[in-house]
Amino acid sequence: MCLAIPGQVVELFPDQPSTALIDVVGVRRKVDLGLLQDNLPVKGDWVLIHVGFAMSKISEEDALDQMRTLRMLGEAEAAVQEVEGYGLDHSGNAKAS
Amino acid sequence: MKFVDEFRDPEVITRTSEEIHRLADPSRHYRIMEVCGGHTHAIYRFGLKDLLPSNIELIHGPGCPVCVLPMGRIDDGLSIARQPGVIFAAFGDMMRVPGTQGSPLEHKARGMDVRIVYSPSDALKLARVNPDKHVMFFAIGFETTAPSTALTLVRAKNEGIRNFSVFCNHVTIIPAIRAILDSPDMRIDAFIGPGHVSTVIGCRPYEWIAKNENKPVAVSGFEPLDILQSIVMVLRQLKAEEARIENQYKRVVPWEGNHAALRAMADVFELRPYFEWRGLGFISQSALRIRESFAEWDSEQRFHVPGVRVTDPKAAQCGEVLKGVLKPHQCKLFGKECTPEHPVGALMVSSEGSCAAYFNYEHRKTAMVTSIASVA
Repeated sequence: MCLAIPGQVVELFPDQPSTALIDVVGVRRKVDLGLLQDNLPVKGDWVLIHVGFAMSKISEEDALDQMRTLRMLGEAEAAVQEVEGYGLDHSGNAKAS
Repeated sequence: MKFVDEFRDPEVITRTSEEIHRLADPSRHYRIMEVCGGHTHAIYRFGLKDLLPSNIELIHGPGCPVCVLPMGRIDDGLSIARQPGVIFAAFGDMMRVPGTQGSPLEHKARGMDVRIVYSPSDALKLARVNPDKHVMFFAIGFETTAPSTALTLVRAKNEGIRNFSVFCNHVTIIPAIRAILDSPDMRIDAFIGPGHVSTVIGCRPYEWIAKNENKPVAVSGFEPLDILQSIVMVLRQLKAEEARIENQYKRVVPWEGNHAALRAMADVFELRPYFEWRGLGFISQSALRIRESFAEWDSEQRFHVPGVRVTDPKAAQCGEVLKGVLKPHQCKLFGKECTPEHPVGALMVSSEGSCAAYFNYEHRKTAMVTSIASVA
């Protein structure tokens, strides 16, 4: 569970600054940017995601390497399943902001 | 063994492996501990041992969150969830970990409301959409996961969601390393430091290992080449009789860590005076509990927690395996009563547990070779 999943920021939401829409090999889910608030990513940036939170910004090359590592570890499907399982696009965030 | 040409840079892998053979003094036996369960999984999966000389022994460390959780905590969490109207939410890793009366999944089969979530945020979401229920998130993990739990608690408090609480089992890696170094039956020459924990805590917290214990540490990534390069780093240090912290995983790990994540943890959690670890016993200041200012969202303060203490099944030798004193297959139950399908101990549950990794990649391979040989 300590493996992190690479994803690309495809959309940011001005009314929800701590949320980003991330693409992980074609699967798009919202993740939390709260742990990157000192250094927020912009659209197109790559991040490592862990349990629904973006943990660190990485280069595109490192993101592709990380995905390959997950594939070699036999964890790529589990990673995609995890991302598919994220359900953060709830109304709660809008209420909070 | 994996064929070297399956790797991304087969030539670099071969060169690095040769470098390791050159650096290792044949008259010495090296014991290098990889702290993180993710590394343990990678080492078995990629068959990295086959690329190392026989006098380099990799010792699997305590960095697998479900493996180090004592059974009593699982019983405690399930006891809260037995109360009417409580939903037990946890990561998938937790679901098959046995408590004395079965795993969370078995409790679900008996009617308990048990839900798998992939993020603490989703546990909070469950609370939002089930206002007449109480959602208890069974939180596990090292510093990689703890900041996400912390931010989720901040959100719960800010939004005034009162039907949500966290049963906190977050632990910290440094005291566990200290306990291993203090253990009289352990001798470790160097450490492969955890990669993703270090994205949060940075490299500074390991400096005492070099300064006070005179052991090299290389914080490592998870690719085969990362792990081999980290082994080169610590061997070079050992050869030069040096002890430093090196950051092999610079592309992801900042030396100073992630300040926002550390702030979130400090705002929400404080250190417990002590906490029990499976296999390592009680370790002082080794785990996090929820601060008084978040008491309303702390399952342990909201509910009666029996404080169950369970001795592990006598025959299972999880403790010795966790400390690296025994190899997984040397446990009496390994591959017999205890298998990934029917785990007795937690080390057999998670893919990051050394027993499950050993079973899946070494034991099955050996069993296959034996059966082929017997057919031949």
